[in-house]
Amino acid sequence: MDSRRKLVIVIAAMLAVLVATPYSGSYVIVLVTHALIFAILAMSLDILLGYTGLPSLGQAAYLGVGAYLTAILASRFQFGLDWTFWLVVVLGILIGAATAALFGLFAVHAGGVYFLMITLALGMCVWGLAYRWNSLTGGDNGIVLPPRPAFGIDLADDVTFFYLVFGFFAVSLVMMAILARSPFGRSLVGIRENEPRMRILGYNTWLHKYVAFIIAGGFGGLAGVLWAHAHGLVSPEDVVLATSVDALLMVVLGGPGTLVGGAIGAGIVVFLREYLSTLVPWWQYVLGGVYVLTILYLPGGLMSIPERIRGSRALSRRARETRNMQTSPP
Amino acid sequence: MSSTILRRLNWGLIAGIVAAGLSVSPIAGAAQELRIGFIAPLTGPFSQVGKDMVNGFQMYLDEVGGDFAGAKVKFIVEDEEAKPPVAVRKAEKLIRQDKVQLFAGGLLASTGYALAPVSTRLKTVYVVSTPAADDLTQRDASKYPYIVRTGWTSSQPSHPFGEWACQQGYKRIVAIGADFAFGHEVVGGFQKAYEGCGGRIIQKIWPPLGTIDFGPYIPTIKKDADAIFTLMAGPMSLQFPKQLASAGIRLPVLGGGTSYDEFVLPSMGDEVIGHISALQYSAALDTPKNAAFVKKYREKYGKVPSYYSEGNYTAAQMIHEVMKKTKGKWPGTEQFVKLLSSVQLETPRGPVRIDEMKNPVHNVYIRIVRKKREHGYDKDELWNSVVRTYPDVGQFWKYPKEEFLKQPVYSRDYPPCKYCE
Repeated sequence: MDSRRKLVIVIAAMLAVLVATPYSGSYVIVLVTHALIFAILAMSLDILLGYTGLPSLGQAAYLGVGAYLTAILASRFQFGLDWTFWLVVVLGILIGAATAALFGLFAVHAGGVYFLMITLALGMCVWGLAYRWNSLTGGDNGIVLPPRPAFGIDLADDVTFFYLVFGFFAVSLVMMAILARSPFGRSLVGIRENEPRMRILGYNTWLHKYVAFIIAGGFGGLAGVLWAHAHGLVSPEDVVLATSVDALLMVVLGGPGTLVGGAIGAGIVVFLREYLSTLVPWWQYVLGGVYVLTILYLPGGLMSIPERIRGSRALSRRARETRNMQTSPP
Repeated sequence: MSSTILRRLNWGLIAGIVAAGLSVSPIAGAAQELRIGFIAPLTGPFSQVGKDMVNGFQMYLDEVGGDFAGAKVKFIVEDEEAKPPVAVRKAEKLIRQDKVQLFAGGLLASTGYALAPVSTRLKTVYVVSTPAADDLTQRDASKYPYIVRTGWTSSQPSHPFGEWACQQGYKRIVAIGADFAFGHEVVGGFQKAYEGCGGRIIQKIWPPLGTIDFGPYIPTIKKDADAIFTLMAGPMSLQFPKQLASAGIRLPVLGGGTSYDEFVLPSMGDEVIGHISALQYSAALDTPKNAAFVKKYREKYGKVPSYYSEGNYTAAQMIHEVMKKTKGKWPGTEQFVKLLSSVQLETPRGPVRIDEMKNPVHNVYIRIVRKKREHGYDKDELWNSVVRTYPDVGQFWKYPKEEFLKQPVYSRDYPPCKYCE
């Protein structure tokens, strides 16, 4: 499938979401908004996991710092509730990136399981701060935000807020897609495939990974700003390990190294979780089962289904041809 | 060839997304239907408590056949996993999709603080049946016009309990409490009252909520204290007395109500006998109303009701009382809040009325854990035997309201630990 057709499909799907969502039930609008925000987080993680081959278990940390920054500015200083919202967006991205820049100094040196462990530990540090630094974060209570910003347009309206989040999602997707196709993105893939070789070729692989780590942190911070306003509440529960794991599973479910896969994964996880949990008490097993089956039978995620169909068709065609050859008399 | 299939697949996907979006259309409300959303932790470490909450509410509904003065009650239960953000999402679901007129429940104080703004934002009644977060009906009460509390404030039983502790002659007490809003408020209320009558809190220890290994905390307890005040929640309640006993500490133990609540009391060992706590309910309460309640609950669910069961049973009863006044018609959000705030009832916990800040005024019982027979059961069991009743306790107790509201909400650092050693 050539890339232009892929592009058309992605744009068509996004347009469908954009057009259909405002006409659905108000709860569906909320869920789609949540899914889009988590899609940004999942895509940012995909830069690390899918393109660079760094499985990070601490992506919730950036969501957390972005969200807490937004909440603290809004509840303490009434800052970011008018046009200054855009400043908060910039600040959120910066603080996410800065946190990643700090964490990256520790994490990027490590590889494989060690990278996993260090990012997990750093993520837990952020949770610890959120939970114990009562005077700043409100501890276990979290922070309740004032109503959403209004600057000409009123974001308190859920449909308006959905459009805003959708805009951020689209811009993030485009930026990350450009990044992935840039020479920088190509070298990240090179590092994923064979780091020693890239090093021998003269690439500063540490710096490449470090920059990728910071970029992922920045997008994580953006997701945090949006999450705080979407939910109206920032709680240490948002920063727990489970959020990081969720993001990781969204990417794996959708297909690592595809960006769009992360978005699809986010949509599926958010909707499955919210609807299943109202239907059956054992919903966690269902979600767990979906993850296990995906990893066992679709290691490339849902995005690899078309490839597999094509692959199996090609295979069966070849098998048929061989059979024909065998049955045809010599 | 393959690409046409792919295209079809992708269009199918898009169509699927659109269809999923459209199919979930709002449910039109039939006349004379009361839709009540209920949020409780049904999975995770607090699931036993959550079950007690749902069972209490459900039992009342079953008693009246799901009919509140002509309104058919549609009772929709959602699992909040004892996590405030999940509770917020579930409340949004209940309000937006199920179109409930009111929702109740939530467990933790932090969940209460998270749910109250949702009720304001979406203009829906929130009956605070369990979360005891003080400020919902104190300093922040004006922010939340659509909530009514039918449960209690965390510090409400602690105030008389502090005075009671003075009367027992305890001079120096070590406090150990779960590190979250509810813990801070229960311990804070106790400290204020206890130090107000001359007692001294000489140490405060805050293990995180959900701690089950108290190894790092128990050895730091000062052995020369006269008593220990504990505040545990959920699975912590079971573990702490066990580990305290096995560490060989024999000090008298006082505690917040949830430390010895009946959700966990039947699973506790004899080490808790003699521990004393304060709450607005005890399953051992010797009134005909409560005896009948306990018998019925036990028959139905196979265990003694906890305050969580009683609290939500009573909440359902109060909602029913409002619907009786309106003859089964939904009076509108504001009117409902007004009517619910004026309810006066005889309940299993005793007489209850709601104060002007929308918090209940009720009895507070000082209860000691004893192994005995109650309500005519033929086996020795652990019960919270009532030793003293403080009638008509409000959230401010003897303190003047204005003065009380001027002080900050009880927290890890308030009241300051003047006598800490």
